[in-house]
Amino acid sequence: MTAPDYLLEAIDIVKVFGTLRANDGVTLRVAPGEIHAFLGENGAGKSTLVKMIYGSLHPTSGTIKWMGRPVTIPNPNAARKLGIGMVFQHFSLFDALSVAENISLAMPGTFDLAALSEKIARVSKEYGLPLNPSATVADLSVGERQRIEIVRCLLQEPKLLILDEPTAVLTPQEADQLFVTLKRLASEGCSVLYISHRLEEVKRLCHKATILRHGKVVASCDPAKETAASLARLMVGGDVHAVRAAKAPAGGAIRFSLKDASLQPDGPFGVELKNINLDVRGGEVVAIAGVAGNGQSELFDAISGERPLSQNTAVAIDGKPCGTSNIIERRKMGAAFVPEERLGHGAVPVFPLSENVVLTRHSDDASLAARGVLDRHQADSISERVIKTYDVRKGKPDPEARSLSGGNLQKFVMGRELDRKPKVLVVNQPTWGVDAGAAATIRQALIDLARSGSAVVVISQDLDEIFELADRIAVISRGQLSQAQPAHEMTSEKIGLLMAGAHEKREMAHAAHS
Amino acid sequence: MQLILEKRSDRSAFFAVASPFLALLLTLLAGAIIFASRGINPLEGLYVYFVEPLTQLWSVEQLIVKATPLVLIGVGLAVCYMANVWNIGAEGQLTVGAIAGSIAPVLFPAWQDPSILVVMLVMGTLGGALYGLIPGLLKTRFNANEILTSLMLVYVAQLFLDWLVRGPWRDPQGFNFPVTKSFEGWQLLPTFGGTIHLGALFALLACVALAFIMAKTLKGFEIKVMGNAPRAGRFAGFSRDRMVIFCFLLSGGLAGLAGICEVASVVGKLQPQISPGYGFAAIIVAFLGRLNPVGVLVAGLLLALSYIGGEAAQVTLGISDKIAKVFQGILLFFILSCDTLILYRIRFEFGRARSLMAAE
Repeated sequence: MTAPDYLLEAIDIVKVFGTLRANDGVTLRVAPGEIHAFLGENGAGKSTLVKMIYGSLHPTSGTIKWMGRPVTIPNPNAARKLGIGMVFQHFSLFDALSVAENISLAMPGTFDLAALSEKIARVSKEYGLPLNPSATVADLSVGERQRIEIVRCLLQEPKLLILDEPTAVLTPQEADQLFVTLKRLASEGCSVLYISHRLEEVKRLCHKATILRHGKVVASCDPAKETAASLARLMVGGDVHAVRAAKAPAGGAIRFSLKDASLQPDGPFGVELKNINLDVRGGEVVAIAGVAGNGQSELFDAISGERPLSQNTAVAIDGKPCGTSNIIERRKMGAAFVPEERLGHGAVPVFPLSENVVLTRHSDDASLAARGVLDRHQADSISERVIKTYDVRKGKPDPEARSLSGGNLQKFVMGRELDRKPKVLVVNQPTWGVDAGAAATIRQALIDLARSGSAVVVISQDLDEIFELADRIAVISRGQLSQAQPAHEMTSEKIGLLMAGAHEKREMAHAAHS
Repeated sequence: MQLILEKRSDRSAFFAVASPFLALLLTLLAGAIIFASRGINPLEGLYVYFVEPLTQLWSVEQLIVKATPLVLIGVGLAVCYMANVWNIGAEGQLTVGAIAGSIAPVLFPAWQDPSILVVMLVMGTLGGALYGLIPGLLKTRFNANEILTSLMLVYVAQLFLDWLVRGPWRDPQGFNFPVTKSFEGWQLLPTFGGTIHLGALFALLACVALAFIMAKTLKGFEIKVMGNAPRAGRFAGFSRDRMVIFCFLLSGGLAGLAGICEVASVVGKLQPQISPGYGFAAIIVAFLGRLNPVGVLVAGLLLALSYIGGEAAQVTLGISDKIAKVFQGILLFFILSCDTLILYRIRFEFGRARSLMAAE
């Protein structure tokens, strides 16, 4: 076998964003008719490479060869002309238009809806992707919407189909159906580049796998010959993390608990929370690991009370049930929350810091808004105290939130809550997009708060952070939470397996037993 | 050459203040062009329209009388728009306020003591608030677009008023004119000597009260948070639905109060036409006043001038008083477009720099 036997070769690709080497000499080779898995954690550089293949980003250096010939792909249009089709994780469809109308928007040439409808019906039937061309998109399920995107690609007769985490939004049954289609495509000679972090799927479906970590290829293998555990170790980087012994005082009282907490998704891309159980004792940090989009933001909404639950007993703070209480009531019970998104969620971008203090503290701090009238001096003094204690660097005396750097705003948003000495603190992605210095300050503050007797829950995608902080670790996957286990008993490999959904089956088996 | 709209990294403090003045200037320029196109000396036209009304005491009084409903409604709308709630139907809430407030004097024409005035004002305010509640509830229950529902309800209200004064509420002694019996005595608002009535005081009080609420209270804070960052508002524990209802009750109530004040003073009875579009002009007032209660006070006087000027232009220059609507429309257009400059800057691009981009 020589090089021209590959359909696509990306050789020694480097892509630099500022100081970050998102792709650092990545080489990927896809043969005709091959289903090729592209594995890696969030931020490993998968999307960056794929976007370069699809022409929406351009490599800093390196060569892309298409059927043996070097090519430059200036834009997605050129990629489609070469025969590359891509299905994105988030669909670009107009809800109010029909299936055929949506597809016609992407088709070159003349507009003939009747002929196109017929073609859609034929192709979709051929590949086991049943679609009614005249159905309105708004009425379709997420799985059906994905079919539209796939059929849209197929109509252009691609030689390479790229799918970005296609099963993230599908039910298991829909996923099975998709696999049949993909295998059929491959047997006809169309290559598939399959981006995923679900290892079981990859083992079932893919002929080859390229695994990426921190922008570099760490392995190229035959997934059928690997175990899910060995793939997970490759993906997460098995031996990198030094596991820390538990330091938390044992036997603190349970300060925060979730009992069979369930929450319906609030949109087509939402995740349903299913029977989540968690007990957090005073003095300990419990970390919730998981790949993005597996229900973390829904879990945060349920815990904080931004979306109150239907069962009052599902959430308890210091033993008092508060599942149906709203976020203000939960704050009054001594809980504090820091969301993932700082600007627009944790803080109002155009408000000065002193007004952002009022945002979360107006209800439990009686002096801030006595009889509904704001005390701006009080807000100023809290703001100054937080700025001083947590070393928030700023240009002006009371700047707008959006003018602060990510790290400094995060220190402020964290400090605003820590300043209340909460009994329970729940943080989503505490150091996301934060520089190393600020991250260290924030992590230290979280541990200090726990050791002073509070219960701390950290939702994070960063395994380094989790091992640094956590006394116990649970993993969320597709809206289900694994049992929290002591950090010193956990390994990256175990977490990787849980991230890929290992506990989901077990829980289903449990359900079948009982 | 190309005109490019480029996003500024920071909002421009200069244009935040200068935008309404720039808009006024452009409106005057456009006005001059309109006058010139009608064969009128533009300077004379602008003088008659915008300056002359300010030189006589009676027309200054008229200015305040006309500014009264504009300010009352505009200050409520300013709060709505600040919270990102789009009540476009103040004209309908004004109409229903006028109807509800007129129930007492129409059904009990002999009721003559101060209590009827109180009843009229309370009923008018309630009527407007409840009518505003309809689009509010449609929004919170069914997520219906409040811009459309509130606007459509204007026509419902106006047709209902039309039917009332031609049908059940028509004055039997009114020679078949579509009017109710004229209000008299305690059914009319007391005046401060001339034509300025108690409503002007209400407008002033509303401005002061809302200026205080917006600047100093938690409610004002909530309104600004919901308008700026609704997600952060939810995190703060504020409810989007409650805010929508609050805004519609407040702005509807103030529009209703303006409505009953109009029929209990200037108009003196119910008739098919009770407002020259104050509810719509108040939208301009709210934006021209930078959604700030004190700014609304100034903007209300300015818009009132456009009405008076329109009448003056009709008398002196012999052009239709529809010119007032034209000026108001042009003014709103320029305010909204000048506001673009707060967040964007205009850049002229010459020559071949673009061809590189085009090649891509």
